[in-house]
Amino acid sequence: MPETELKKIEAIIRPEKLQQVKLALAEADLFPMTVTEVRGRGAQKGICLQYRGKKMEVDLIPKVKIEMVIRNDDVPRAIGAIRAAARTGKFGDGRIFVLPVEQSANVRIADSVTEDG
Amino acid sequence: MKKVEAIIRPEKLEQVKKALAEKGLFAMTVTEVRGRGAQKGICLQFRGKKIEVDLIPKVKIEMVVPDAAVDTIIEIVRAEARTGKNGDGKIFVWTIEMVAGVRTDEIMTE
Amino acid sequence: MVLDSGDTAFILICTALVMLMTPGVGLFYGGLVRRKNLISMFALSFVAFAVVSIQWVLFGYSLAFGPDIGGVIGGLDHAMLAGVGFDGDGIPDLLFMAFQMVFAAVTLAIITSAVAERIKLSSFIVFGFLWTTLVYDPLAHWIWGGGWASALGILDFAGGIVVHISAGWGALALALVIGKRAGFGQYGMEPHNIPMTLLGGALLWFGWFGFNAGSALAADGIAANALVVTNTAAAAGALAWMGASWINGKPSSIGMISGAIAGLGAITPAAGFVDPASAVIIGVVSGLICYYALLWRLSRNLDESLDAWAIHGVGGLWGTLALGIFAVAGIGGVAGVITGSPAQFGLQLIGAAAALGYAFAVTWICAKAVDLTLGLRVSEDEEYVGLDISQHGESINA
Repeated sequence: MPETELKKIEAIIRPEKLQQVKLALAEADLFPMTVTEVRGRGAQKGICLQYRGKKMEVDLIPKVKIEMVIRNDDVPRAIGAIRAAARTGKFGDGRIFVLPVEQSANVRIADSVTEDG
Repeated sequence: MKKVEAIIRPEKLEQVKKALAEKGLFAMTVTEVRGRGAQKGICLQFRGKKIEVDLIPKVKIEMVVPDAAVDTIIEIVRAEARTGKNGDGKIFVWTIEMVAGVRTDEIMTE
Repeated sequence: MVLDSGDTAFILICTALVMLMTPGVGLFYGGLVRRKNLISMFALSFVAFAVVSIQWVLFGYSLAFGPDIGGVIGGLDHAMLAGVGFDGDGIPDLLFMAFQMVFAAVTLAIITSAVAERIKLSSFIVFGFLWTTLVYDPLAHWIWGGGWASALGILDFAGGIVVHISAGWGALALALVIGKRAGFGQYGMEPHNIPMTLLGGALLWFGWFGFNAGSALAADGIAANALVVTNTAAAAGALAWMGASWINGKPSSIGMISGAIAGLGAITPAAGFVDPASAVIIGVVSGLICYYALLWRLSRNLDESLDAWAIHGVGGLWGTLALGIFAVAGIGGVAGVITGSPAQFGLQLIGAAAALGYAFAVTWICAKAVDLTLGLRVSEDEEYVGLDISQHGESINA
């Protein structure tokens, strides 16, 4: 595995934790990211509200997805920072996925394939 | 583990969600997106003038599942989201190398 | 024929208040449709306002308020506003004309409920012109312009018949002609922006003070009574509808604001004739029957999309009859069933039935005529991509 191998981190977190996670990642020197507002449900099947004996299931709860393409070496640091900042200990804290990235090209700079220049 | 990304018609989301849940495939992330496919959008004729409408509103479903579940998801999404007309969508499959929980320290790797 | 500066100032302001109801309808409806049709829904209200503004000046006002011809329509003596000047009874005739114009405009805006998310803009302009001419103007003449209904003694203080029955039952006919939206009944078509609908409802409630109090055509006690009963009925309707929907699930905010509109529609004909205690009953009953009318409409798979029929049509009908039940002689000079005079109720029944039948039938004919010549509906593709893009070339997705 070459040193420059790139990974994409996709983290689904609570929207209210975004500011803290951004800060923690910046402190870990991991700055570039793309953020999307998404809706999601986990294996816990959403939130179940009891309503006059009737059950109401709220699935697809608002979440935030952070995407960042980083060096393989930085993956543990990123996961650590996200966990430390986004964890409440309750269901719905989210998940982090790591995907292989085959190529990354800078739009501004020519001939910058795969290097994160 | 694989990530399945399905781009479908927004009005088909409820049906697809329900059918997936019936097979125990519950966890997902949903995003409202806009997209255009190989058909280059929809062409509207206005008195000889053509207006091309691309970037039509769609919904993207993302699910991370064991490899064995991928075929089931594809089958269900096809069965529920298909109208037979252009614009039904596409399904993409990605490799996931690692899944890390946020609430717990659980790590799953290939 | 002396002008009163207080009355004139008051009606000038009320005219502006009622004007704001038309974009209010646009916001109310705009929040209820899917994202891809928001601009279209909002724009239809503005188009309605503009079309009626011109129609009214050209000949609409004259058809409604010109010299009576056979009890059914006004003559063209005031076409192009001939003879409509600075003089008048309490307020200038010109101001009376403008005040009536904003009523006609909001009525056409209400009817856009029936064609939401599928109307061809050009056809709506033609339809709107026809509808205001053939449905609104005659009805306004019957009730307010010296026609047969006013001669009989049928009462409608601010437009329960002329505005709400005509728009509501017209919307039902129009929806039947244009047909369901593609996919209606097969998948959900959830409102895309509820706060926008609530804001539209707020503007309607606010504007309704001008609508009802201004219909006294003077800044006097009747106007104050109208304002108080209007607010009371709106509040009662909001709570009643919310309560009814609470029993069946959650108390939705859309239900709450729909109930307020139902209460407002119902109190409109009666605002100058009933007291605040009766307004509570009128509002509660309106909230409940309009809610059940909406459920019935859904159960019949009828795509009168944004419920002008269930809310304005049914609420306006109830309010027109309620006038005959709850009227108090000490307020508007007319007694109802409760104070021992059943005759007025009979008159109200005749007026409501005639207007309802006329509005439904003539709207159906107008809609059919436009559909057969120009086509009311957009193409399947245009409907699928949404009217914002296909009719206006614009999109809220920047």
